[in-house]
Amino acid sequence: MDHTPPPFFKRGPAPLVRLFFFASLSLALLVIDARFRYADGLRTWLALAAYPLQRAATAPVELLSAAGSFFSTQAQLVEENERLRSKALTYSHDAQRYEAAQAEAAQLRRLIGAQERLEVRVIPAEIMYNGRDPYAHKLFIDRGATHGVRPGSPVTDESGVVGQVTRVHPLVSEVTLATDRDQAIPVQVVRNGLRAVAFGGGASGSLELRFMAANADIQTNDRLVTSGIDGTYPAGLPVATVMRIERDAENAFARVVCRPAAGVDRGRFVLVLSDETAKPPRPQEADPSKDKSRRGRLRDREKDAAVR
Amino acid sequence: MQLSASQQILQPVRLGTIIASFALALFLNFLPWRDLRLVPDFVALVLIFWCVRQPRLVGLGVAWSLGLVTDAGNGVLLGQHALAYSLLAFLGIWLSRRILWFGPGLQALHVGAILLAAQGAALLVRLAAGNDFPGWPIVIGPLAGAALWPVASWLLLLPQRRAAREQTI
Repeated sequence: MDHTPPPFFKRGPAPLVRLFFFASLSLALLVIDARFRYADGLRTWLALAAYPLQRAATAPVELLSAAGSFFSTQAQLVEENERLRSKALTYSHDAQRYEAAQAEAAQLRRLIGAQERLEVRVIPAEIMYNGRDPYAHKLFIDRGATHGVRPGSPVTDESGVVGQVTRVHPLVSEVTLATDRDQAIPVQVVRNGLRAVAFGGGASGSLELRFMAANADIQTNDRLVTSGIDGTYPAGLPVATVMRIERDAENAFARVVCRPAAGVDRGRFVLVLSDETAKPPRPQEADPSKDKSRRGRLRDREKDAAVR
Repeated sequence: MQLSASQQILQPVRLGTIIASFALALFLNFLPWRDLRLVPDFVALVLIFWCVRQPRLVGLGVAWSLGLVTDAGNGVLLGQHALAYSLLAFLGIWLSRRILWFGPGLQALHVGAILLAAQGAALLVRLAAGNDFPGWPIVIGPLAGAALWPVASWLLLLPQRRAAREQTI
């Protein structure tokens, strides 16, 4: 096939040896990435290298949708305009009431001496594409560390919680959807204030309340909002609506299946919230500190005893 | 006399062709597909092609690096695609002499088996990492890739073949 002479003698190591080399390299990388998270720097650089291709790949789709919207008829625009205007009217009314309520709440809060809540900073972002990983529910947005996105920030759309930022690259961020199996959101039932934790339902696209007692006061069509007690999600964001409750005499727990409030798999624009409230410091965990050796800790204890 | 595709004398491959084909394949992979289990892995397809045709130019090192870029771009576990593509390249090189003896249809069968093996390796990695089985549609991607093989190999050989025809005239 080639005009070059067959180089019988310069073939390097046998393919099987190379396979073993690269397979063990991959496995080592897998373990480092999954267990220790040491590979994040390498990942950031590689993601930066892939960014132009990703941007180029999403461009034609954006162009198509832009062209489609260009050719939308005038009647549609007029109709949409009217609908939006009526919506804006109701919203402005709501906004006025919200402002009044907020002022009142702030006053009451001051009265009871609670900490004043600071404004939540909002970064609007556009969804670039869904994660190309059928094993997890993720999506990529076009805002990254340079725009001020931080890992752990909650992500919402206009109707509720979409998920949480789990990895931040310089120009792109990765959002784990609320329906991912590893994602958990502390919630509260609006009707009676019952607290629970909503877990992702995986491929079914639903949410699940686990470990709810079989006699818990929860009904279908109950609305769930974030409770805010985790310090990550601000309180009061709509999360889901209870769809189905299965109470089984054999189990101590009821199975509560909920439908997410946000368009988790729809829509193109999301908001990244970065909550800058002055949180109280977390209580110190009684962990065996990493840098202190056992002997150092013993010495400290002796010192404490001497002081006492 | 009509020569079969494997018997034609081809121009030596240019490095630019290989790089351009990999860039195009990465581009196709990064398109915002709706359900990724049903879409063939274009990088894997192009990789098999070059491993079968040019085992001395494209080998496991190239496969591994492409796998890392794919992993980072898709935000999956670093090393998952690297492992799958290394296996893919190994099988491609190992079977390269055999595959070229067959016509496009039987070649596609071989390629389908290789793609399924690579997908299986990725699946094992994810199951070991604690993820759920994503459902049987996951085998559709490799099968679609195998179905695309005759078209892909014809397209990828085009630059070398056209040059050869010009030379004979």
